[in-house]
Amino acid sequence: MSHPGRVHNPSRYVVPSLDEVLSFTGSAVAEAAQSLIPSASETLIDRSVARMASSYDYDDASLDSRYPRPPSAGQGSAGTDQGYDPNFVPDSVKTFVVHLYRHIREKNVYEIHQMYDGSFQRLSDRMFRECPWPSVEAIAPYVDNDHVFCLLYREMWFRHLYARLSPTGRQRVESWDNYCSLFSVVLHGVVNMQLPNQWLWDMVDEFVYQFQSYCQYRAKLKNKTEEELQLLRQYDQAWNVYGVLNYLQALVEKSAITDVLEREKEGLEQFTATDGYDYEGGTSNVLKMLGYYSMIGLLRVHCLLGDYHTGLKCLAPIDISQQGVYNVVIGSHISTIYHYGFANLMLRRYVEAIREFNKILLYILKYKQYHQKSPQYDQILKKNEQMYALLAICLSLCPQNNLVEENVNSQLRDKYNEKMTKMLRYDDEAYAVYDELFTYACPKFITPSAPVLEEPLTNYNQDAYRLQLKLFLYEVKQQQLLSGVRSFLKLYSTISIGKLAAYMEVDEPTLRTILMTYKHKMHAIDGDGKIIPNADVDFYISENL
Amino acid sequence: MGRDQQQQQQAAYTVEQLVAVNPYNPDILTDLENYVNEQVSSQTYSLDANLCLLRLYQFEPGRISIPIVVRILIKALMAMPAPDFSLCLFLIPEQVQMEEQIKTLIVLSHYLETARFRQFWEEAAKNRSTLEVVPGFEQAIQAYAIHVLSLTYQKVPRPVIAEAINIEGLSLDKFLEYHVANSGWVLEKGHSRSQLMVLPRNEFNHPELKKNTVDGMPFEHVTRIFPILS
Repeated sequence: MSHPGRVHNPSRYVVPSLDEVLSFTGSAVAEAAQSLIPSASETLIDRSVARMASSYDYDDASLDSRYPRPPSAGQGSAGTDQGYDPNFVPDSVKTFVVHLYRHIREKNVYEIHQMYDGSFQRLSDRMFRECPWPSVEAIAPYVDNDHVFCLLYREMWFRHLYARLSPTGRQRVESWDNYCSLFSVVLHGVVNMQLPNQWLWDMVDEFVYQFQSYCQYRAKLKNKTEEELQLLRQYDQAWNVYGVLNYLQALVEKSAITDVLEREKEGLEQFTATDGYDYEGGTSNVLKMLGYYSMIGLLRVHCLLGDYHTGLKCLAPIDISQQGVYNVVIGSHISTIYHYGFANLMLRRYVEAIREFNKILLYILKYKQYHQKSPQYDQILKKNEQMYALLAICLSLCPQNNLVEENVNSQLRDKYNEKMTKMLRYDDEAYAVYDELFTYACPKFITPSAPVLEEPLTNYNQDAYRLQLKLFLYEVKQQQLLSGVRSFLKLYSTISIGKLAAYMEVDEPTLRTILMTYKHKMHAIDGDGKIIPNADVDFYISENL
Repeated sequence: MGRDQQQQQQAAYTVEQLVAVNPYNPDILTDLENYVNEQVSSQTYSLDANLCLLRLYQFEPGRISIPIVVRILIKALMAMPAPDFSLCLFLIPEQVQMEEQIKTLIVLSHYLETARFRQFWEEAAKNRSTLEVVPGFEQAIQAYAIHVLSLTYQKVPRPVIAEAINIEGLSLDKFLEYHVANSGWVLEKGHSRSQLMVLPRNEFNHPELKKNTVDGMPFEHVTRIFPILS
């Protein structure tokens, strides 16, 4: 039986096409068939527990620490310090895996969630602050060497590594290997567990995060050791962009999640009402929920590539004007709206972006206190700050009066009043502020193509970001003269072109072009090709020469 | 001819299907390139297919074809006021954007985005060879120009129209006659024997026609009016 932990032969790494991903029939699948498929007599999940995977009402007094993701400056290769022994399994870990395994087999989703979100964090804080958890080989005997459980454990193992330590190139590749195995098993439809939504969301979120991290890692070639370069050459298929996109796409398709959502609209299916769980039949929620979250994953990957239009298309089956499963787990809610809003900003649909940022910022304001103890808290705060910056940008490019709720607005003014005033002036200082806020708040854009591993070795990890920033500032520049128009429009109910041109110190033909530009820029085109007026102040010209 | 058209239609159907079902696949790159040429010759347009191709060029920078990118960008310009041109630029690496033809197109796009029609037509005339490859370009830009005019003006002087669509003299007369007959334009005589076109009333140049939007943008906010006093 092959251990998922070992690095496999490079010939295993083929570019997974969509068809291949959908029809994967490796040995891992046969093994999975032996594991975690309970017999009919096994208990179903406890129905009396409502909203099991929701992160609100979550209370754990003993958990007091929050850990941010470490900066990428390495702490050396993980695990070689402080005498870390991958084979040593402390008793508490033994108990942890045994109980988690049992709960998964028995589909006790509530207990799984408590262990996943609570015990795992507590043990990490207490015993694995600066070293990894015991290796999967070491704990496997305690869980009947269950193949699927080992894949799940490995996923958590790597996630912990990325969060607390700094992964080596080899570990990054191994993690990719693990995701391939895990997703392949799920896609083949043989897993029969119910896992908490929080965990399933974290899997997709982490998958995309590690992809983005790897693209950044392999675009920084200047200071790589010969060993690291050799690894990149050898495992050139690890985290390749086709694989990432095709796995996400496969999860969406195999789960038939878009059909489920369609049928739900017609009242033929229960999905949102049960948060995706199956309380009655006890069938697995894993494929369905991974499919659902993969739509958000696809939106995110497309944003990282700069393809905002397609990203929004991927999200389209989810109706964000309604409550849905996407806002049950706060991480998924925030990620969805952050990327949706950002994509709309780049598409110049400022009003739409403002509306959605406003809603989520209000939500976070009201409910963040309930997440203070959660391991996601730092991420929540970070995204919160980034969205205020994006909101400031949107409102500077497209001032609006009634769209921002009063508490959100006062937070916004606290943080960005001075900067917003500067941005409205459209002088050199303004561009510096737009630059600063965009840089702070934008996604970590990536260069998806494989690196060229020959001299001269450069760092090109910033190229993608620089392009997006440049194009964004270009758009800002085109709107430079519009703020002048706006302020004059507010003062006069009627004015002649000649007079307005004089006030704005331009000639009449130039003024005409400015007025037309204002009209053009203040009317966005929505997804259906309809024209949506955006301006808070409007006008028309009537000539009587 | 009919059979060719049918075959073309079938091919188009297949490419659209590919883009919808299996877009992350380097094998469809050639099909997508052929589809761009087909869009050009049959005067059709598919943003999704073109974005898919630009993405694949991102994944495989060695396979990028500048002439194809130029065609995609010209098609995107023709889609204005939709922001397709920007969407395409987001996916094109900076070095490629330095190519002469693409730099020219970026300049042309800039003129159109800022309604500098006179400069646009001047620059377009200098680059006829680049733009000629895509039939229908002129008409598409003229349609965009008319669109911007109807957002902005209730009554527009003849010279302003002429500059925007780059037509003068008898051709302009014909053009205006056509729109009077088909688009509800009305010719008015202004002072000093000049002509005015009265554009159809729509919600953008007549604030009182504005429908109440969901965010309740109040009617009063949109009544800044601009009659020009001579």
